[in-house]
Amino acid sequence: MSKIEPHNSALSLSGIQKYYDDHHVLKSVDFSVKPGEVVVLIGPSGSGKSTLLRCCNGLEIAQEGDITIFGQPLVAGGKLIEDRELNRLREDVGMVFQSFNLFPHLSVLENVCVAPLTLKKATRPKAEKLAKELLAKVGLSDKIDAMPGNLSGGQKQRVAIARALAMTPSVLLFDEPTSALDPELVGEVLQVMKMLAKDGMTMIIVTHEMNFARDVADRVVMMDNGTILEEGTPEQIFKSPTHARTQEFLQTVFAA
Amino acid sequence: MSLELDFTPVIEGLPTLLDGTMITIAVTACSLAISLVVGSIIGVIRSNRGTLLCYIFDGYVAVIRGTPLLVQLFIWYYGLPRVGIMLPAFLCGVVGLSLYSSSYVSEIVRGAIQSIDKGQMEASRSLGMSKQQAMRKIIMPQAFVRMLPPLGNETIALIKNSALISLITIHDVMHAGANIISTSYRDLETYIFIACIYFVLTNTATFILRKIEKHKLKAGAI
Ligand SMILES: Nc1ncnc2c1ncn2[C@@H]1O[C@H](COP(=O)(O)OP(=O)(O)O)[C@@H](O)[C@H]1O
Ligand SMILES: [Mg+2]
Repeated sequence: MSKIEPHNSALSLSGIQKYYDDHHVLKSVDFSVKPGEVVVLIGPSGSGKSTLLRCCNGLEIAQEGDITIFGQPLVAGGKLIEDRELNRLREDVGMVFQSFNLFPHLSVLENVCVAPLTLKKATRPKAEKLAKELLAKVGLSDKIDAMPGNLSGGQKQRVAIARALAMTPSVLLFDEPTSALDPELVGEVLQVMKMLAKDGMTMIIVTHEMNFARDVADRVVMMDNGTILEEGTPEQIFKSPTHARTQEFLQTVFAA
Repeated sequence: MSLELDFTPVIEGLPTLLDGTMITIAVTACSLAISLVVGSIIGVIRSNRGTLLCYIFDGYVAVIRGTPLLVQLFIWYYGLPRVGIMLPAFLCGVVGLSLYSSSYVSEIVRGAIQSIDKGQMEASRSLGMSKQQAMRKIIMPQAFVRMLPPLGNETIALIKNSALISLITIHDVMHAGANIISTSYRDLETYIFIACIYFVLTNTATFILRKIEKHKLKAGAI
């Protein structure tokens, strides 16, 4: 499997229209991310952040528009590419979910190994070696043989990050990775994400952790009602948002 | 009125009763094996809503579950010869019980698969697995554990339902019992003995299934 070529945009969406029945959820969204960029998506609940993120790896299918990943089409003219290609492209776009979605019947190590092994990306010794390195990276070397059911939420999410990294993706998507966590466990997950950002990983992150966004994001994108309302550096968006809606939203988040 | 029980005819008829028991075991074992395979395939197909095949099998399950097993057996054995299809009684019994049990197994399998959180499939697909790979490595192993208790119930139901095949001339344990009663008139004793045989069969099955369940639980599969 050839690695996807370097490209001037890691991910690019243009003219995305997404409907659930006749509910118009994404309205002509144009959005692109450069390699190595960390983009934080913010916006009120129901504004379409998750849907946008899930379109980026084909979990949701946009009815109109084009999506490319490092120049390779994922959706062209509202048509998802053929399944085999989609699977291959997904290997390159990792996703971390709010509810972790660890595989409860597999040990921590197997959770990280299962995809590389199933997809024959590595032999077992190589897959396990990589998995152990990644689990060490997220600070879970001592939990290798644990079952997911016996981990705290923060530990689960760090395993989920290691699992995504095991496919050596070029882009990582995070959908509210800390929203299901007890407050005291949020930090350990954000710390891992900061480390990834420092390593130059391309990331799109939906989060309400504004301090994290300020520290880590290259760009903050504000979504509202299925559109991108405005975007800019954290400085611009947090200090001097141009839209009243953004101001309102930030007030409610910072008040909380 | 005095009740005196005489088990002598039952004891004398023991060899035929045991032969009949072997037939009962053979028919149920064949039907169980077939319905586990066929029912699982249909269950997987039916868990994938929206396909044509899925609706066809929905119809199959509705018909089989909505009609008495005895009527189905009679159709296979007494009805089909009218259209030129004559199957040996044993085969009719196995086919009838398998078709019946498969519909229940497919419900169990479908239900178990659909009970697995959809996040599991999404996580698998996000990692690049195909739907088939995700089913095999992630969904089915979890679903399997949830299937075991209801499959145990279905096995027991199958053993008990198999008594009906005596009515399509298969020489199972019920049939052997009927023969003993027709000469000795000792129906109470004979039926008590036959009940004991079914009791032993169903509880042996339960025991084996518990063992498998425990083994699976220990293997960490939730
Ligand atoms: N599977 C679905 N079926 C129907 N409507 C959906 C579905 N998923 C999301 N929606 C709707 O789409 C809109 C955007 O949802 P979502 O992308 O989850 O927003 P956010 O992540 O910003 O909270 C919401 O109005 C939501 O109710
Ligand atoms: Mg969301």
